[in-house]
Amino acid sequence: MNSTLFCQYLFAGLTYGIIYAIVAIGFNIIYNTTGIINFAQGEFVMLGGMIAISLHAHMPLLPAIVLAVLLTMAIGGLIEIFFIRWLQSPSVLRMIIITIGLSILTREAALHIWGSSVRSLPYFIGNEITSIKVFSSRVSPQVFLVVGVCSVMVAALSLFFKYSSLGREMRACAANRRAAILCGINPRNMVTLSFMLSAGIGAVAGCVMSPITYSQYDMGPSLAIKGFTVAILGGLGNSMAAVAAGLLLGIIESFSISVLPLAFQDAIATSILLLILFVRPHGLFGSSAAARLKDF
Amino acid sequence: MLKIRNLEAGYGNLRVLKRISMHVDPGEIVTIIGANGAGKTTLLHSIAGLLRISAGEVLFKGRELRKTAPEKIVGLGCSLVPEGRQVFATMTVYDNLILGGYVQYKKDKQAVSRELENIYELFPVLRTRADQLAGTLSGGEQQMLAMGRALMARPSLVMMDEPSTGLAPLIVRDIFRIISQLREAGNTVLLVEQNAKAALRIADRGYVLETGKIILQGPAADLLENRDVQRAYLGREKIE
Repeated sequence: MNSTLFCQYLFAGLTYGIIYAIVAIGFNIIYNTTGIINFAQGEFVMLGGMIAISLHAHMPLLPAIVLAVLLTMAIGGLIEIFFIRWLQSPSVLRMIIITIGLSILTREAALHIWGSSVRSLPYFIGNEITSIKVFSSRVSPQVFLVVGVCSVMVAALSLFFKYSSLGREMRACAANRRAAILCGINPRNMVTLSFMLSAGIGAVAGCVMSPITYSQYDMGPSLAIKGFTVAILGGLGNSMAAVAAGLLLGIIESFSISVLPLAFQDAIATSILLLILFVRPHGLFGSSAAARLKDF
Repeated sequence: MLKIRNLEAGYGNLRVLKRISMHVDPGEIVTIIGANGAGKTTLLHSIAGLLRISAGEVLFKGRELRKTAPEKIVGLGCSLVPEGRQVFATMTVYDNLILGGYVQYKKDKQAVSRELENIYELFPVLRTRADQLAGTLSGGEQQMLAMGRALMARPSLVMMDEPSTGLAPLIVRDIFRIISQLREAGNTVLLVEQNAKAALRIADRGYVLETGKIILQGPAADLLENRDVQRAYLGREKIE
């Protein structure tokens, strides 16, 4: 493999990897406040992209994206209020079935609204052939935008959880729900907020990736599987580990093209998921002691 | 301060508390003693709103608490230090304390740091541990943190559920000393304890709870002298 090809694979891997990481962080945010896995996470990414594309027909790019993210957040919040909030301590299996149901519902609604055609937002800077020279290869500025925006989002999120009072309250609900109630925090509101937050970051990722990877009504499940793989790989609930695991999976996938037929690319994530579940269910970076305390 | 009349509560069909009536006046330490399973924790949980009350009434500063959500009850000035500390183990001591003050001060940073200073004064060890994760503290320190967290909300009534459980005798003495200090500072305390002797020594009044009923009540000094209490809870058989 020459260095040009190497760089191309590397950047492609980074682009997809950071998107997987964002989906995984979306899983983690909801998992941390509720202990459930929201399998409709990939749908938030799809909705963000699709809504932005529709809005862009009527307004400039930036307001379209901002509005799309806000709308997706509202949808995330409403999903929680209508389908999750009223459940009294539901079982894990029930939650999984509900979120998978929500994912199917959202996808079919999207098919109804937007049809099955592949759409995309225009490149934010320049067009398809604009490129920046990095070492010996040429990389689209959009790739840097994806990686940049997602990295800023990850950094902002970790600052939010660490230092803001709202972030502190959400962490408190995750650490000890009953004690949080005794501190005057309403955990139900925190759960709604966590759905809105993970819908929001999913939507942002869905918008910035759209020019490169395109948007389609059924892109959610495969993203959810990749994101779930990454979340498990990093250790469920650990967002910084999710970034490392996301980049790892992205790069593995993109380099696999050079040795395996393209059709096997999706099988890699699933193989890694199965392998990690059998061998190290607490993830590469998680501790097995902490994992034993979890419900599943 | 707190007035309970004919309170009944339980889990599902199981009736744990049977027609409990009691009261707590401002500035006193009232203790509820009783054996395991007598319903002491259930009583505190129904006051704090964590458990639905099936009959009777709970009046806090003249206000009916029966329909109030637990997170609102804290805001009214009635805090519970739960059994087994229940600190936010994965968060720092500082974060734990700040979360305790959240309900009272919201975003008023100055008031929070003023209150934080008071708490550090009361529990100097928490200041030295401020940046440590709460889960890494010793049992005694965690109990102090749980108390500090509840006090951050400046409650008019502090309810404590078995603060001495699982602590070394020396630490237990510290904890009880701090509780009597709280009264001197003007706080009102409702203390649930299995360690009946220590609790009655610092309390003004006491109630004895047995299988969900109050079977005895009176000034703490009288209960300490009561033959039945001595036999059942103080582990002492007086030979005449």
